[in-house]
Amino acid sequence: MWDYVKLVVYGVIAVLAAIGANYAHDLAYQVNAIVVMLAAAIAFVWELRHAGEVQAHPQDEYFDSVVRAGVIATTFWGVVGFLVGVVIAFQLAFPSLNLGNITDGVLNFGRLRPLHTSAVIFAFGGNALIMSAFYIVQRTSGARLWGGNLGWFVFWGWQLMIVLAATSYLTGGTQGKEYAETVWYIDIWLTVVWVAFLIVFVGTLVKRKEPHIYVANWFLLSMIITVAMLHLVNNMAIPVSLFSSQSVPVFSGVQDAMTQWWYGHNAVGFFLTAGFLGMMYYFVPKQAERPVYSYKLSIIHFWALIFLYIWAGPHHLHYTALPEWASTLGMVMSIILWMPSWGGMINGLMTLSGAWDKLRTDPVIRMMVISLGFYGMSTFEGPMMSIKSVNSLSHYTDWTIGHVHSGALGWNGMITFGALYFLTPRLWNRESLYSLKLVSWHFWLATIGIILYASSMWVTGIMEGLMWREVDANGFLVNAFADTVAAKFPMYVVRGTGGLMYLTGGMLMAYNLWMTVRAQPSKAVVNANNAVPAE
Amino acid sequence: METYSLMRAFADSWAMLAIFLIFVGIVFWAFRPGSQAVHDDIANSIFRHDKKPAAEAITRTPRVGADRQAEEA
Repeated sequence: MWDYVKLVVYGVIAVLAAIGANYAHDLAYQVNAIVVMLAAAIAFVWELRHAGEVQAHPQDEYFDSVVRAGVIATTFWGVVGFLVGVVIAFQLAFPSLNLGNITDGVLNFGRLRPLHTSAVIFAFGGNALIMSAFYIVQRTSGARLWGGNLGWFVFWGWQLMIVLAATSYLTGGTQGKEYAETVWYIDIWLTVVWVAFLIVFVGTLVKRKEPHIYVANWFLLSMIITVAMLHLVNNMAIPVSLFSSQSVPVFSGVQDAMTQWWYGHNAVGFFLTAGFLGMMYYFVPKQAERPVYSYKLSIIHFWALIFLYIWAGPHHLHYTALPEWASTLGMVMSIILWMPSWGGMINGLMTLSGAWDKLRTDPVIRMMVISLGFYGMSTFEGPMMSIKSVNSLSHYTDWTIGHVHSGALGWNGMITFGALYFLTPRLWNRESLYSLKLVSWHFWLATIGIILYASSMWVTGIMEGLMWREVDANGFLVNAFADTVAAKFPMYVVRGTGGLMYLTGGMLMAYNLWMTVRAQPSKAVVNANNAVPAE
Repeated sequence: METYSLMRAFADSWAMLAIFLIFVGIVFWAFRPGSQAVHDDIANSIFRHDKKPAAEAITRTPRVGADRQAEEA
């Protein structure tokens, strides 16, 4: 019965999307409507072929198939996101790569840039968070994921969101808000998927068999709840038409700017920090095979982040129409944040105390340790850059981009790679990874790539900051903006090269994980759940 | 504007103090006597249930001071 209802729903969605595509006011809406129509058609055919089958959800086994899908999606979107990043890095060095005369602007930097940021943050990072949340909450609760196929809905709903966002950006759809470019109907869909994610996560916590909720779950839950709140407030907008991707934001002026950066900085603070700290607090102790250094410190780390991060946003708006007190508040809270961040880094690093020898023998733990190193480095650099006098030099320069990438490539990227190397042999029931040597290659390519990236951006950022403020004896500005652009060229080539190395490392990882599943011998099977055919 | 001033004054005085005291309270709670055994137990929970969900709910009374020292000795 339920299967017939689903068939009807999918069919109706496909028809409505086709009507939407027909009446669309703009290209982005039309392309998105066609994507929705195709997705509904695929879901319809799949449902038709599997109607009447009994979906088994045995409570004495973990729901790992959805985590396996998450591993594949994280790896895939990671490589795609890094590739787009390398392309736009070289577009900045060699503007003719925009191919404006052939592609009619579709592959312009302006359209590829949100594609890159969304691909790495929401597609790579988001899939990493969802898959690790599903893995961690099951293991630490000693219970199967709650909600049956709702876990699959979260996974596929998230992939649909990614494809909609990507096609929308390329065809010109955007809200013009950094990291919140997705237009109104994608925002609504994202909300639906995210609430389902929350329900699955909390449902599993509620039926847990362990008496306590392990700290990794606190970080993950705070990530889910805060991102929901940020997303809803920052995307308050009124669509101009049911058949258009355009909308009018509810806030305007400095209120809109403050709301955007309250969102923007907490997307960093909760999506890219709290969520990934949840991964860190599980995967680092597991890979080191010893409990976290100090559980008390992890509690203080958690609450200090929760109390502080939400105030840091105004440091993005120094010397603007924002009231002085608000930007001072943002600066002070950002500086205080340095302490809990380093507390967390020390907690992660000291988990290895007594097992430091593992750094020599285990490239996976090396990856996790360097991710903590980059976490520490960027959480020192960030507070420093939030100081008004430093910010007056660094703001609007490439230093900001360097800072973001030392956090994103170093901290988020490396801890995710560590998690993928940890999970793949376990989820596919393999003895070990295909090649530790390739992991080492990945480690060095990524590390040297990040160093090239960050150091070239320091040089170019400080250089252009100084060039912009340089005045002659009569008080006239010495440099035109185009002079700084010309001066940055060598650093842009170095940055692109660093990105290329990082991408190469990512592709080595994809090959290594593929071969782990394909070519490594299986371990003895525990239950039907991990009896995966070696196809 | 009146509402704004009122809320603003409340936010940077009593509300801020309350939030700060809650945070300090949490820190003291984390260091309360007897918490070590509980925390050790939770920190080690990641090494249980690796392959399969737990068959039944676990009610563990954390080992208190003397027992623990005896066990470690």
